[in-house]
Amino acid sequence: MAPEPQTTEQVERAAPADRETHEGTDPKMAVETSKRPADVNRQIAGLDALELAAGSKQALPLRIWSALWPMLAAVGIALAGWELVVLSGWKEPWVLPGPRDVLPDFAELVTDGRFWDAAGLTMRRAVVGFALATAIGVLIGAAVSRSRVLRRAFGSLITGLQTMPSIAWFPLAILLFQLSESAILFVVVLGAAPSIANGLIAGVDYTPPILLRAGKVLGLRGVSLYRHLILPASLPSFVAGLKQGWAFAWRSLMAGELLVIIGDTESIGTRLHFARELSDTSLMISVMIVILIIGILIDQLFGLADRSLRARWGLDGD
Amino acid sequence: MTEATTAAPSRTATAVRLAGVSKAFGSGSAALLALDNVSLDVAPGEFVCLLGASGCGKSTLLNLVADLDKVTAGTIDTHGARVALMFQEPALFPWLTVTGNLELALRMRGVPRAERRARAAELLASVHLTGFEKKRPHQLSGGMRQRVALARALALTVEEGEAERGKTLLLMDEPFGALDAMTRDLLHDEIERIWRERGLTVLFVTHNVREAVRLGDRVVLLSSRPGRVVEEFPVEMARPRRIDSPEVASLAARITDRLRDEVGRHGS
Repeated sequence: MAPEPQTTEQVERAAPADRETHEGTDPKMAVETSKRPADVNRQIAGLDALELAAGSKQALPLRIWSALWPMLAAVGIALAGWELVVLSGWKEPWVLPGPRDVLPDFAELVTDGRFWDAAGLTMRRAVVGFALATAIGVLIGAAVSRSRVLRRAFGSLITGLQTMPSIAWFPLAILLFQLSESAILFVVVLGAAPSIANGLIAGVDYTPPILLRAGKVLGLRGVSLYRHLILPASLPSFVAGLKQGWAFAWRSLMAGELLVIIGDTESIGTRLHFARELSDTSLMISVMIVILIIGILIDQLFGLADRSLRARWGLDGD
Repeated sequence: MTEATTAAPSRTATAVRLAGVSKAFGSGSAALLALDNVSLDVAPGEFVCLLGASGCGKSTLLNLVADLDKVTAGTIDTHGARVALMFQEPALFPWLTVTGNLELALRMRGVPRAERRARAAELLASVHLTGFEKKRPHQLSGGMRQRVALARALALTVEEGEAERGKTLLLMDEPFGALDAMTRDLLHDEIERIWRERGLTVLFVTHNVREAVRLGDRVVLLSSRPGRVVEEFPVEMARPRRIDSPEVASLAARITDRLRDEVGRHGS
């Protein structure tokens, strides 16, 4: 209920209603009313037009630029800061090389086909692990969100798992699976699945009650309630969970590739590991930059999905 | 009274009959009695406004009629009418377009897929929103959203033929409460026209006395905590009425006095 507009209107209308009396009761009214529907239509159309003052939209190149320049500026500032630290002579240049030494190495690295084979293996692991984590997270999330008892039992456990540093799982993973793909997969899934499950649970929990009421009036029950109301309503929260799950999966995967080195397979993690073994700091930093960029790019993809979803649903306010 | 009632001859004398309806929330000593022994007959095609201050159980009453909640005592008979309920909030699904929202309602109503698009277009036209099919709810103004919500409610009551005229029941829970006065006045004209055209039976809940008099064939005044029927006021004025006409004002003044007496009993 909204009592405020009510009271103001009552005050306003408590004034004598004489301004309308000229067409109140006289026989002209019949004539007046017969042409009223057309008037009403016109008035409604006018009000609609007034209320839909369109927000001007920027052209696409301009929007891309306005999103891009702060990022470029940030990269520039980071590089300048790094260069300053190197110039200050805090560490010897072979321990901490500056951007002028690293960037050529970086360019060489990313133009090397063998490096991309290694990155390919890493990305395959990431995709498989993330897909598995999504499947498991959705199953757990769906089960837990359906039942209050399950939620009480497992809700805080899932949140607890989320806070567990994934690297702490590796000793167990290596005992269970030895130095194998499975060990890495195990930790990646454990890292990502709780966030994904939590996103889904939160989405289901916070389905707006008014929409649930509306759904009941529409006759949505059981499966159709989930299909037409609860699942779509929980989508933004689910996407947020996926985004967070990805971040955890990526971190777990990097930890895994550093700890679990399988035979002579090459991955981004092994590159980092061997760069350290060889004290090739420049190569090491180059690999780190690649890790950072991949993480940012994929995060941006999720961010894009999230933002377009919110914009389409009008969740950000107009 | 109105064309709607004469144009809707019906075998049943009432569209809705509430007999001794009570509703309590909670149980034992903490139980809160929301509605106490409410009896009300609504004729087919009648526009009844339920009026009361806060806590009179108006919304509870509509929930009971819409079968969203169960009565504690008494009976509600809607004679198998199709019931649609509209709230103060539009409560449209934000992930669906305007048409999508209407088509979902039509689908739940059992309208075959092939017909839905055309039916949705008809409904939109009846609330003057042709051209807004592809918009999402957040792209519309409050008044426009509420008109889509009205169209969605109407979608649940689509009729198979003339024989079913007057067999649909539209429940409205302060549907215009959140709108500005200008938009509300225009929507009063809209809902009146749609009610006449479709021969709907309407139960309209409001706490705005003039709105009740503007729209209703009858205004039913409810007391608060618990809700009881205090008095009924037939509104015998030609339609369409103006909310600011002297006749509406004078009846509204009488009802307001009665309502204030009722509210005043809670102050002492």
